[in-house]
Amino acid sequence: MIETASPPRTAATPLVVQRRRSIAANLHAAFSIAAYVFLYAPILILVLFSFTTDAFGARLTGFTFNWYAQLLDDKRLVSATLNTLQVGIVSTIVSTALGTTMALAMERFRFRGRTGVDALLYLPVVIPEIVMALSLLAFFAFAFQILEGLFNISLRNGLATVIISHIAFSISFVVIVVRASLQGFDRRLEEAAQDLGANEWQTFWRVTFPIILPGIIGGALLAFTISLDDFVISFFTTGPGVNLLPIEVYSQVKRSITPKINAISTLMLLVSMTLVLLSQAVQRKR
Amino acid sequence: MSDGIAIDLRNVVKQFGEVKAVDHINMQIRDGEFFSMLGPSGCGKTTTLRMIAGFEYPSSGEIHLRGKPIGSTPAYERNVNTVFQSYALFPHMTVAENVAFGLQMKKVPQPAITQRVSEALDMVRLGSFGTRRPRQLSGGQQQRVALARALINHPEVLLLDEPLGALDLKLRKEMQIELKGLQERVGITFIYVTHDQEEALTMSDRIAVMERGKVLQIGSPTEIYERPTCRFVADFIGESNFIEGSVAATEERIGNDYGIAITTADGLTVRGVSPQPIKTGIAATLSLRPEKARLTLAEPPVGTANNFRVTVERVSYIGSDTRILVRLGQEMIVSVWEQNTRSTLDRDAYWQAGESGYLWWPAENALALTE
Amino acid sequence: MAIQSAPLNEPNRELERSLQRKQRTQLGGLLGPGLFWLIAFFALPLAVIVIYSFMTPGSTGRPELPFTLSNYGRLFTEKLFVNAYIRSLWMGFVTTLLCLLIGYPLALFVIQAPPRWRTVLLFLVLIPFWTNFLVRTYAWMVILQNNGLLNDLINWLGFPRQTLLNTDGAVLTGLIYGQLPFMVLPLYASIERFDFTLMEAASDLGADKRQAFLRIMLPLTMPGVAAGSVLVFIPTVGQFVVSDLLGGAKVDLLGNLLQRLFQRSNPPNWPLGSAMALIFMLVLTVGVIFYFRNTTEQNR
Repeated sequence: MIETASPPRTAATPLVVQRRRSIAANLHAAFSIAAYVFLYAPILILVLFSFTTDAFGARLTGFTFNWYAQLLDDKRLVSATLNTLQVGIVSTIVSTALGTTMALAMERFRFRGRTGVDALLYLPVVIPEIVMALSLLAFFAFAFQILEGLFNISLRNGLATVIISHIAFSISFVVIVVRASLQGFDRRLEEAAQDLGANEWQTFWRVTFPIILPGIIGGALLAFTISLDDFVISFFTTGPGVNLLPIEVYSQVKRSITPKINAISTLMLLVSMTLVLLSQAVQRKR
Repeated sequence: MSDGIAIDLRNVVKQFGEVKAVDHINMQIRDGEFFSMLGPSGCGKTTTLRMIAGFEYPSSGEIHLRGKPIGSTPAYERNVNTVFQSYALFPHMTVAENVAFGLQMKKVPQPAITQRVSEALDMVRLGSFGTRRPRQLSGGQQQRVALARALINHPEVLLLDEPLGALDLKLRKEMQIELKGLQERVGITFIYVTHDQEEALTMSDRIAVMERGKVLQIGSPTEIYERPTCRFVADFIGESNFIEGSVAATEERIGNDYGIAITTADGLTVRGVSPQPIKTGIAATLSLRPEKARLTLAEPPVGTANNFRVTVERVSYIGSDTRILVRLGQEMIVSVWEQNTRSTLDRDAYWQAGESGYLWWPAENALALTE
Repeated sequence: MAIQSAPLNEPNRELERSLQRKQRTQLGGLLGPGLFWLIAFFALPLAVIVIYSFMTPGSTGRPELPFTLSNYGRLFTEKLFVNAYIRSLWMGFVTTLLCLLIGYPLALFVIQAPPRWRTVLLFLVLIPFWTNFLVRTYAWMVILQNNGLLNDLINWLGFPRQTLLNTDGAVLTGLIYGQLPFMVLPLYASIERFDFTLMEAASDLGADKRQAFLRIMLPLTMPGVAAGSVLVFIPTVGQFVVSDLLGGAKVDLLGNLLQRLFQRSNPPNWPLGSAMALIFMLVLTVGVIFYFRNTTEQNR
């Protein structure tokens, strides 16, 4: 399995040994290609079958755009999409702002408790989503109980709780991306700006910020993607009357498999992939 | 109240935790001079420069710019500019925008900025490069942009932090000449940090040799080379032989110096000079530069202060000169450099290992180190 | 703005103090808001379920006093829960192992590709990961259903149709599919730092390829293996979507149980669910510490 340069062909090296080595290399390549097929086949099948005329979506019997057309008529899907977009935009803006400032703090200052904050930032990334989701569910219920008791305000889960939850887990991802951008940032540039007469504020806005902007945008796009695709946390923090796209898809999937779901899934895939590619492109622009 | 002193460092200390990067240094840098701080890495030269620039504040001590204390003024309020080792050009701005930056901070009106930027770029011979980005320029070009960006602000002092370190040898030598010429034309005080002694000797009016946070000696290139005050300076600048012994006698004065004779461990009497009077009996080290001793087959002239019969141990042919190691007495190996003034392939014209000869030098070529 | 410098030989205390004050306000302003959010909406909710785990379930399933340890007792004794742990852990181990067996050669393949191809190949591994998890799991439902593609293939080969969906195998496939990139990325990072001339040295000293791999390459890429394993294992043990969709009601893992305890049962049982989540969190903490230890070792 380990490849080093193929041995030079000398009279002493038996032909069999040489061929055996390239067999191993070929097996390795074949295996890897199979792995890539494994990764992409389901997606491709999904996309392909969104055009089939077979009502069970099991076979390719014909070609049609029917299922895509049906999407627009599905009022629940449309409202779910709008809600999801709303949640995505709001949570992205807030988490990007909070995450960027935190990244700046972590990269520029040394302070006691820094490892603690570091751990706190890594936890949302490593923690199983369901634990976080349930804790938020419990927390909101608890908070509402107290608010009801103290101020007689009756609240329920809804868009707000979903947005709050999304911000909570997105911050960490933004921090990771912006920190990476900051770590590649040459601090001498800030010294040069100050040397030339710019105070701290001017230095930040005219030198630091423009240079880390691609990183910030990359983080924002990542946060947006994660928010759009999130299922588990939205599932437990949303309330009656507020439907979100992944949850809507989930309930339809549990009922039956129809190409209509393939259609909406294909669109979701396209959006996710575009956003991620955009995020990477923006970050590489420098 | 400045008395022609551009920068005055008084008892400056910079401490990082337990370590004293700069340990009570006192330096006065004169208006209009090209002043270098020279030393190995870690000697504190860069830290000192950064304190003058304002990127670090002294832990104690004072820094004065033309008589005014600036030790606690932030960098952006000091009329001092820096050329960084890595140039630190703003990658998201064009060359012209980079150069204009300092003037923009001073709120100079735009038409004046355009005019001055164009002049500054012309001065460094990059007049047509204004619209390019830093990454499109070569190392040498970037460095000139950094220079223009600093000088356009007419700082009272220009700080240069090993600016030529990233350039290849030939370009470095060209830039040394350019920088020196530029400094003479513009007349601004240059404070230059380097670990390359040849660079410092070539360009500077005065050099401060530093080691481990302390200034060991300040002087002109000639003074530093010909009259080192301590072993480190003698060893760091150029090469030197060190002959150790105890002072046997003080002899007549030679010029402004005091002639002395020392006795080495294996009984040889070596003569040199000392800038200050020395008592007999104490230990002393004589510093003898290899180019200042002579090795000949024939005997030296009568009356030569130092005259020893030696055997050649090893010969290195460098091209322009030959470097010969000879055994003096029982223990000492002395290095002698001879210029190859003749062009010949004849082996007999060059020294061979095992040959014997006379090693000789006048007393004033061996300097007693005072510290 | 300049402050009077202190007399020559004393440290400049006033300057230090004002600098520190400035730094502290800046730090507070930058760190504060994000930190508040994380504490209020991440740490605090976790604290809430810690507390709930020690309370008694009321008639509506919501937690009530008195405090009790009975939830934990039930979790360790009742067969339903114990089985769920064992099955979840088993799923986690198998998924992790298979991800490792697939991921390591894959990462190696990417590293050994010509440099121009490397980023592209790595990217191709990651792109599916960034798309919706639900959608990708659904894709497997389509493939594995009774009249789906895989069964069509089996039928065409002459075998009778199998029930592929709603099995452990289906869940496993879905899990591996979802978690593979988590394994490949850390492995890639670790193998990239590996100095392949060490393999040449081993070969020079007489080791064959298998020995060289086991004794040189594997130990030196262990940080990547550890990181990847932790990143696969933890989410796998706690997931419920895959087991719900691909396993139906037949596969009961931790995640499914948790969901039922909080939402679907009649009545739900929040304290018990909280306790279950908490136990899981403890397993998680050990995993995170393990992960941190291995990443810091990498920075040797």
